[in-house]
Amino acid sequence: MNNNTIVLQVENVSVTYRSRRGPVQAVKHVSFDLRKGESLALIGESGSGKTTLSLALIRMLADNARITSGKILYTRDGVTRNVLELSDGDLRTLRWRDCAMVFQGAQNAFNPVLRIRDQFMDTARAHGLNDREWVRRRTLDLFQLVRLDAQRVYDAYPHELSGGMRQRALLALGVLLDPQIVILDEPTTALDILTQRAIIDVLNQIQERLNFSIIFISHDLALAAEMADRVATMYAGEVVEIGAVEDIFYRPLHPYTLGLLRSVPKLSHGQDELISIPGNPPDLINPPPGCKFHPRCQFASDHCRKETPPFEQHAPGHSAACWHMDRVIAVHAELQQSR
Amino acid sequence: MPTPILQLDDVSRSFKKGRTTIPVLQNVHLDVNRMEFLCLVGESGCGKTTTGKVLAGLLPPSSGRVLFEGQDVRTLKGADFKRYRRAVQIIHQDPYASLNPTHSVAQILSFPLFRHGMVHTTAQARERVAELLDTVDLTPVGDVIDKYPHQLSGGQRQRVSIARALTTLPTVIVADEAVSMVDVSIRISLLNMLMEMRDKLEVTLVFITHDLALAKYFAWQGRIAVMYLGRVVEIGPTPSIVEHPQHPYTKALLSAIPEPDPALTRAKQHIALRSEDIPRLTELPPGCAFHPRCPWYVEGVCEQVVPRLERIPGVNGGVEVACTPLTEGRELTLYGS
Repeated sequence: MNNNTIVLQVENVSVTYRSRRGPVQAVKHVSFDLRKGESLALIGESGSGKTTLSLALIRMLADNARITSGKILYTRDGVTRNVLELSDGDLRTLRWRDCAMVFQGAQNAFNPVLRIRDQFMDTARAHGLNDREWVRRRTLDLFQLVRLDAQRVYDAYPHELSGGMRQRALLALGVLLDPQIVILDEPTTALDILTQRAIIDVLNQIQERLNFSIIFISHDLALAAEMADRVATMYAGEVVEIGAVEDIFYRPLHPYTLGLLRSVPKLSHGQDELISIPGNPPDLINPPPGCKFHPRCQFASDHCRKETPPFEQHAPGHSAACWHMDRVIAVHAELQQSR
Repeated sequence: MPTPILQLDDVSRSFKKGRTTIPVLQNVHLDVNRMEFLCLVGESGCGKTTTGKVLAGLLPPSSGRVLFEGQDVRTLKGADFKRYRRAVQIIHQDPYASLNPTHSVAQILSFPLFRHGMVHTTAQARERVAELLDTVDLTPVGDVIDKYPHQLSGGQRQRVSIARALTTLPTVIVADEAVSMVDVSIRISLLNMLMEMRDKLEVTLVFITHDLALAKYFAWQGRIAVMYLGRVVEIGPTPSIVEHPQHPYTKALLSAIPEPDPALTRAKQHIALRSEDIPRLTELPPGCAFHPRCPWYVEGVCEQVVPRLERIPGVNGGVEVACTPLTEGRELTLYGS
């Protein structure tokens, strides 16, 4: 399904929030790219900057946030545009047409007093599509694709639908204008397990059919393992590791990724031996010097406390920012053997 | 068999909303044994939180009995009733909402100590609070004791909640989604701490969660009770529930959960349900509430008979299920095949 066309390039993006206590470095020097048809998972804990980063991608940040550096380049049909330089008008067309975003807890995103069909019509019209018949057919098609009872949902009010149905309707709304990229913020949190399974299956199906790229934000490693082609781990506003999903899960390079993997239970394979990462995430107003993970890291040395490690490629497509990758690899190998 | 420390005997609980009555729990039988790890798992609306509140005495059942050390709690009077309330403590899900923001940690933890006459002077209270904070690894104690909840991280707040549950020297702690609001990297340290409490303080732990993988980790040496729409549908030792689920709902649930391992999770066989819609509690299907979704539905049986929680003939190991075809000793066959 994937080819190598790059649809989004994020280069050295930093975002700062103004706050009463001083500037908050929520995202710092983040770079990655996204290929056509690919799913990229941004994983990290609360406050790691994953939502801020995704909002920056479509310039939807709050008023007290500023993108202080970098470029965000969208490429479609051979034309590349930097989102940070777009006029408000161009930005409006980019949003939803080129890049749609489905927010967290979005089951509640529909307007409760409008029928679902009117909300699809509104969205289409706002983007200059006035052919009601085309929109109707497209909507019904998409509903079928996300396995909804198409006509019933089309005429329904949001309260007549279950949470899972609304989430699926929302996915349909997300891809209504055939965007090239869909950003999903915690797409399955707050959904029940069986509903979550249905959403994952539906997402995989429509992605295969419509061949868009997905960036999804999650704290759920299992979801990333299931859905992502590539995974980026974020910590304290930085991408600390990025690689193919197998690289991240089977050959982690960064101590934080390793720490996350060691703290998540599996369902199968007997009793787990799990270890938490000690300490708490850092204060982003006064982050620790050097590598921001060092106060919680079992591998930390004086070097880590003084100097920020560079983000380096270790193997093709697999990069991380750590002074002690070799030791992380060795420890991980030992752990695998002792199983 | 020693008497279970807590028992639910045919407990039902409903809530009134306008003119409709919502049956949240129906005919639940549950034994909580001394010093065991018991997990209640299920999806939202299955009644797991209500079960926890009924166990802790925060909600009276609409019908049925709650037994504490074999005695109906409604018949307990005076000192005995106080002893029950002290013995069973609950930890709530949201550490941001369950601590009073205008009280310091010292105050939060002192109130129950004074209330239950466990200390008599401020100096005694402070000393005991320091011990409690030490028990939940909030050290150095001096850094935390005079802080207010907003000055603490989510993980630290949840530790304060746990410390508060420990103030009354309980014998049972009901932890309702106690770690689901906490970041992944610190979740396990909280769970491990709770698990250590059992041996250190001889408490029984009832852990309520929607996350089966967490339940498995927590209660590997204990039991899991799976709930669906107000009833326990399967209960048994954790390893057999997780590795050899019997009830169709448990099977579907386990098959649907993604695993944090790409090869494993992508190779997983998912059980397709006949319907994805969860029935409303006000319009529960007759017979077995799972029958409209069950892939192994048996016509003429499942929609007729309300299944009782029983052993399956030929299956050992203390597992009980509420599935009429299984407990009648039938082989499950896919509906329509």
